[in-house]
Amino acid sequence: MKKGILIHEKNDDVGVAVLDLQTGEEVGVYTLEGEFVRLVRLHSDVPLGHKVAMRDLETGRHVIEYGREIGYAVSAIAEGEHVHVHNLKSLRWAASKTKVLENQES
Amino acid sequence: MANYLDLPLTGYRRDNGRVGIRNHVVIMSVDDISNAAVEGVARLIRGTMALTHPYGRLQFGEDLKLTFKTLIGTGCNPNVAAVVVIGIEPEWTDYIVRGIEKTGKPVAGFSIERYGDLKTIEMASRKAKEFVHYASELPRVPVQWNEIWVSTKCGESDTTSGLASNPTVGRVFERLEKNGNTLIFGETTEVTGAEDKIIEQCATPEIAAQFKAAFDNYQELVASQGVSLLGTQPTEGNIRGGLTTIEEKALGNVEKMGRCTVAGFLEPAEEPKGPGLHFMDSSSAAAEMVTLCCAAGAVLHLFTTGQGNIIGNPIEPVIKISANPVTAATMAEHIDVDISGLLRFEYNLDGAADRVMEMMARTINGRLTSAEALRHDEFVLTKLHRSA
Repeated sequence: MKKGILIHEKNDDVGVAVLDLQTGEEVGVYTLEGEFVRLVRLHSDVPLGHKVAMRDLETGRHVIEYGREIGYAVSAIAEGEHVHVHNLKSLRWAASKTKVLENQES
Repeated sequence: MANYLDLPLTGYRRDNGRVGIRNHVVIMSVDDISNAAVEGVARLIRGTMALTHPYGRLQFGEDLKLTFKTLIGTGCNPNVAAVVVIGIEPEWTDYIVRGIEKTGKPVAGFSIERYGDLKTIEMASRKAKEFVHYASELPRVPVQWNEIWVSTKCGESDTTSGLASNPTVGRVFERLEKNGNTLIFGETTEVTGAEDKIIEQCATPEIAAQFKAAFDNYQELVASQGVSLLGTQPTEGNIRGGLTTIEEKALGNVEKMGRCTVAGFLEPAEEPKGPGLHFMDSSSAAAEMVTLCCAAGAVLHLFTTGQGNIIGNPIEPVIKISANPVTAATMAEHIDVDISGLLRFEYNLDGAADRVMEMMARTINGRLTSAEALRHDEFVLTKLHRSA
C-alpha cells in the first residue's frame, strides 16, 4: 500500500499529500508519529503539499486541520478531493460571508 | 531512540552563571556614525567582530529604549566574552557600557568626540587586543542541556513547514521544556488565526492577557495604517505550495511551540525570568526577530524554512532546518538539518527531532552553522517609530 498522506490530528477533515497523487489511486494516511489512520481513494489529482478531504464536507462546513478550524467549505467537497482556494475560504477573511452561510443553514 | 539529552556538551560559563556556546569579542557601535571606527578596530585586531547598525541618533521614547535594550542585551549575551563599545559622545556610550558590565564580563567604552576616529581606533584597538588575549584563553567546560537558552522562528514557509519542520521543533521544545530549558518564540504578526491556541496554552490568565494585549495592539497598528493583513496572507507563494487560509498558515507556524505551556510573556528583547517557553512580542521579519531573541539572552536558534530563508545572526548561531527536499537540494549550503525524510516516511516526528537535537549538540560543541560559515551576520534593530 502506498503511503501518501500525513495528517496532524487523527480526526482532521483534511490531510496533506506528501507526493503528487492521482485520481483513483488509493493511499495510506499516517500521523506524524507514524501511526496508520486509514486508506483514502483520490477523487481528484492533488499535488504534493496540498490538502485532501478525509470525508465528505457539506457547503458551509467549518473545516478542521491541526484539530482546529482553518476555514469553511464554499462548495460541497467529496472525500478524496483536492481542498484549496477554489473550495475553502478563511473564516477571518470573509467573516460576513460565513454569517450569511450560517444563516442560510438555519 | 537514543536520549539526545545525554549527549555531552561544552560551553563557556560566564561570571553571571549563564552559559554561552560561542566566545566572541564584540566591537559595538552605539550609533550609525561610529560604524567606521568600529570597523577600523575589527579590521586591526584578529578575533574581534564588528557589530554595526544604522540607528542610535535622535531616537526617543520607547524606540530609543528598545535600541538601548537590544544593544545592551546583545553585549550581555553569554556567547559574548568581552565588548568594546564605541559611540560619538560619552553619555550614551557609558549607558551601554554600564548595562553590559552588570554581567561581570570585560567591557570598555570609547567616545569619538574630542579624539576623532583615528585616535579612538588606536585606543579602542589596544583594549580590544587585551580582550582577545583574555577571551582566547577561556576554556570550554562541560555544561548541561538545561543551561542552553533556545529560540525559534520560521521563515519563507510552505506546507512542509507546518507539516514537518515546525512540528519537529515543537517536539524538540517539548523535550527541552520537560528538561527545564528556557525557550523563546514569538512573531506577533504571524500568529493571526492561531492566537486562541496560544492563549489556551498560557500558564495563567495574566500571561494570556499580556499576550492578547500585544496581539491586539499589533492588529490596531495594522488597521491604523489603512491596510488589511488578511488580504496579504497567505502569500501567492504560500498558496502555490498548498496553503489556503491565514488560519492554516498561523496554525502551522505555532506548531513550533508543540504542547509546551507558555510560562511567560516578554516585551521585545526582554530577558526571560525563569525556565519554560516564553512568547516574545516581536516582528516576524527574520533578522529583526532573531536579533531580539539574541538580545533576550538566547544562545542558539532553531530556524525552520520551506522555500529557503538564508538568515543568520552574528552572536546567536542559527540552525537551519528544512523538510522541503527541493530546498534541501538546491540550497544545500544553507540547510543544516534536512528532515525531508519525514515526508518520505523514513522516520517519524521523534526521529526528526533526534536529528535536530544531534545537530544542536554539535553546534553547541563548536560546529559552525551554515549561516555562520556563510557570514550571515544579520544584526537588525527593530525600529518602533521615526526619529526626531
